[in-house]
Amino acid sequence: MTIQKNRLSEETYQANFQDIHPPYRSEESAVREAHRCINCFDAPCTKWCPSGIDIPGFIRRIASGDDKGAARTIFTSNIMGVACSKVCPVERLCEGVCVFTLLKEKPVAIARLQRYAAEKALRRNWKLFEKGRSNGKRVAVIGAGPAGLACAHTLALNGVAVTIFEKEARPGGLMTYGIAAYKVTTEACHEEVDYILSIGGIELFCEKELGKDFTIKDLQSKYDAVFLSPGMGKTRRLGIPGETLKGVYDALSFIRRIRTEDRAQIEVGDKVVVIGLGMTAIDAATQARRLGAGEVTLVYRRSEVEKPCSDRELEIALLDGCRLLWLTAPVGIQGKEGKVTGLVCSRMKLGKKDSTGRRLPVVTGETFELECDMVIKAVGQEPLGDLFSGKDITDKNGKIVLDDHFMTCIPGVFAGGDAVNGGKEVVHAVQAGKEGAKAILGYLGR
Amino acid sequence: MADLRSTFLGITSPNPFWLASAPPTDKKINVLRAFEAGWGGVVWKTIGAQIRNVSSRYSGFSYRGAGPVGFNNIELISDRPAEVNLKEIREVMKAFPDRAMVVSLMTENNRESWHELVKKTQDTGVHGIELNFGCPHGMVERGMGAAVGQVPDIAAQIVEWVMETATIPVITKLTPNVHSVVPVGRAVVEAGSNGISLINTIQSVTGINLDTLVPRPEVGDHSTFGGYCGAAVKPIALKFLTSLAQDEVTGKIPISGIGGISTWRDAVEFILLGASNLQVCTAAMLNGFRIIDDLCEGLRNWMDEKGYKTIDEMVGLSLPRITRWEELDLNFHVVARIDQEKCIRCGKCYIACEDTSHQAVSLEAGRPYNVYTIKEEDCVGCNLCKIVCPVPDCITMTEQRKGAEYLNWSEFQRRNMPL
Ligand SMILES: Cc1cc2nc3c(=O)[nH]c(=O)nc-3n(C[C@H](O)[C@H](O)[C@H](O)COP(=O)(O)OP(=O)(O)OC[C@H]3O[C@@H](n4cnc5c(N)ncnc54)[C@H](O)[C@@H]3O)c2cc1C
Ligand SMILES: Cc1cc2nc3c(=O)[nH]c(=O)nc-3n(C[C@H](O)[C@H](O)[C@H](O)COP(=O)(O)O)c2cc1C
Repeated sequence: MTIQKNRLSEETYQANFQDIHPPYRSEESAVREAHRCINCFDAPCTKWCPSGIDIPGFIRRIASGDDKGAARTIFTSNIMGVACSKVCPVERLCEGVCVFTLLKEKPVAIARLQRYAAEKALRRNWKLFEKGRSNGKRVAVIGAGPAGLACAHTLALNGVAVTIFEKEARPGGLMTYGIAAYKVTTEACHEEVDYILSIGGIELFCEKELGKDFTIKDLQSKYDAVFLSPGMGKTRRLGIPGETLKGVYDALSFIRRIRTEDRAQIEVGDKVVVIGLGMTAIDAATQARRLGAGEVTLVYRRSEVEKPCSDRELEIALLDGCRLLWLTAPVGIQGKEGKVTGLVCSRMKLGKKDSTGRRLPVVTGETFELECDMVIKAVGQEPLGDLFSGKDITDKNGKIVLDDHFMTCIPGVFAGGDAVNGGKEVVHAVQAGKEGAKAILGYLGR
Repeated sequence: MADLRSTFLGITSPNPFWLASAPPTDKKINVLRAFEAGWGGVVWKTIGAQIRNVSSRYSGFSYRGAGPVGFNNIELISDRPAEVNLKEIREVMKAFPDRAMVVSLMTENNRESWHELVKKTQDTGVHGIELNFGCPHGMVERGMGAAVGQVPDIAAQIVEWVMETATIPVITKLTPNVHSVVPVGRAVVEAGSNGISLINTIQSVTGINLDTLVPRPEVGDHSTFGGYCGAAVKPIALKFLTSLAQDEVTGKIPISGIGGISTWRDAVEFILLGASNLQVCTAAMLNGFRIIDDLCEGLRNWMDEKGYKTIDEMVGLSLPRITRWEELDLNFHVVARIDQEKCIRCGKCYIACEDTSHQAVSLEAGRPYNVYTIKEEDCVGCNLCKIVCPVPDCITMTEQRKGAEYLNWSEFQRRNMPL
């Protein structure tokens, strides 16, 4: 058992990391699907879209051949319309409530149609928005992830001069460094960011970190308001013995390498165990398989009913040949000569409901060991916590706390995205950015 | 099992479906293929006058991507000499003696031309003649086609000339490009026409190429009014058919129904409103001759299910059901009912009624699904909700009479009742 790189041929790497939801090949196909939409009133899909896209509206426009109108309809509610069409777990959102599902028929392919129109706008570089006439206000945005970008765009649209500070070398946040490579490519992310910024009125500075290169105080003296959208921090620790052995990986760093390095250079094991069953765990497991890992097992402490990923995500992992152990919690990592040799697990059963209404796992007393050479931890990210304020703007879990006007307890400092909601999806972050911008505009008194 | 054999003006065919005079019946090769596929008969593409055609010739009209629901053409009659056509007709008849062979004719408006054309046509032994008084383009400008069919006197004159020499049944094909088809219909019947067929195509412009701004079908950078047909014209054809079938003069002679027949259901409707024979053009052009199987089988299955043995016993059964407006019962009243089990919460009934009708659907907001119910007291029974509903039988119209007696507008006025 070894952890090694160069497991596959270049062609196999290419094939394994292809787009899992390929776009329509032709306009005709999109139009044909668009005609399936029956144009519901007060449509469930729109209600279930966290960014409130007028879905029947954009689909009507595609159907009538007005792709530009469709793209504008999408971007008006969600400036990351291209990304969301590829990464949204639509089976839990718009498509999951399409009225056709009540007839046990296939939902309208909302995501694919959205991708068709939004990507066309990007490819053709349609200028759908113009920055508003300057109102002399300046706002600083921390983090160029989905929340920060959406906030900046709405502000620029309304005449505010925006400066984004991003600690990484490239913008996009987890779009660039986190989300599975077969959903979005890094180039596509950057094209999208460029397209968003093409509205004008937004300055982006990379490799500028709040808390290191400058403080909130510095910003307050130069800007009329600040929007914090730094996302979440590192993967949580398991808090079990053996976490420092060679072969124990943090899912986020593992995924980040897939997004930034040559795939052949990324080593994976013969027997990999992934701990957790959220989106990150699924992405880590499937991508490990796609990198050529021999055997991948996901261990999750609760049962299928409580699982945090969607059926479709689970299906991807299963189709990729990942194995799944329900009601299994890690209690220790075994090693030999500093290297991982196995994961000791405790068999669980379901107990009382927790605060989220899901039943809590409790130990049965039975334990067993899973042989493995690589362990990937994907048990959620830690909030960044109070890295920069000096003032307590977070709750006890480290999430930033907001008032009803999306403002932190520091006047003029707003926030949104994963840093506030504790880690949801891109679409929620976009919506938070939009809402934050509106709150800031209110605050700036326009 | 139902018997689909049909006799129209004494012309027999194994089923009532004939191909209408048009490209599908233009040449021997087409008609042989049609007969091999099982069509009961054909009306051979109009022959007579010499013409030239243009290119392009057709355009379609689509709605919500549902393929062409309407079809338009600017083609004229056969562009091959009559002699060639007649020779081929003879050959086809030899190969398929059991099928109906009717030939469509059109020529200059003088007795000699018509006599000559009728004679040489019937000399081939065909079963009948159809007079094309309906082509709405190209021929009109030369005083033929719809130019004839729009003027009762001229139409009657030509029918008289034809009847002077005809020894086989004569069908006159009428144009729908008139306010009422009855005056021309009566004129040709009184002039001796044995049967009537309708409709020919309706003048139309199907659309414009939005890049070049040239309407379709494009002939270089121009277009012209074309003749509209296909599924979209069925309702109009049924109306014309009904007017003729209900008329005391035209209703007495056999009518061949044409216009938008695409499925066996359409065929049944034409029969129920008075057609004893059916002609099809566009549906065959869009799908090929093989649809004859579905037409025959669907018709036969329906007849078996309803207990009809022959086509003839069904002809005109729905005619008494179309009456004048002032004879409708004002006390009849229906209200919509939504089956909550079937409802998929799309809200289409709500928005249609709220915006454009009587605000008779109520909305109870839900996440993500709203609940829609009918406010019976506000519902006028217009059917709009039922029409927009995507789920069959989800909305039903239930009878809630306003009064026991049958009270129509004529009676209402006679009794001087308050509005
Ligand atoms: C592995 C994984 C897979 C995922 N898959 C999906 C998916 O398929 N679909 C989906 O919808 N969502 C997915 N998500 C969630 C999604 O990526 C996030 O919800 C979303 O990116 C949050 O946006 P954000 O702008 O709040 O934060 P982020 O995307 O995290 O962006 C925050 C940005 O702030 C920068 N930053 C942080 N601190 C500082 C600082 N001090 N100074 C300056 N800049 C700073 C960061 O570098 C980063 O660029 C996934 C997440 C993970 C981890
Ligand atoms: C391309 C084309 C050419 C036609 N040519 C003739 C013709 O030569 N003579 C004629 O009587 N009707 C002609 N018609 C009319 C058809 O016979 C028929 O009356 C009409 O199309 C309506 O039937 P449908 O809806 O089934 O097509 C033509 C129709 C089309 C589409």
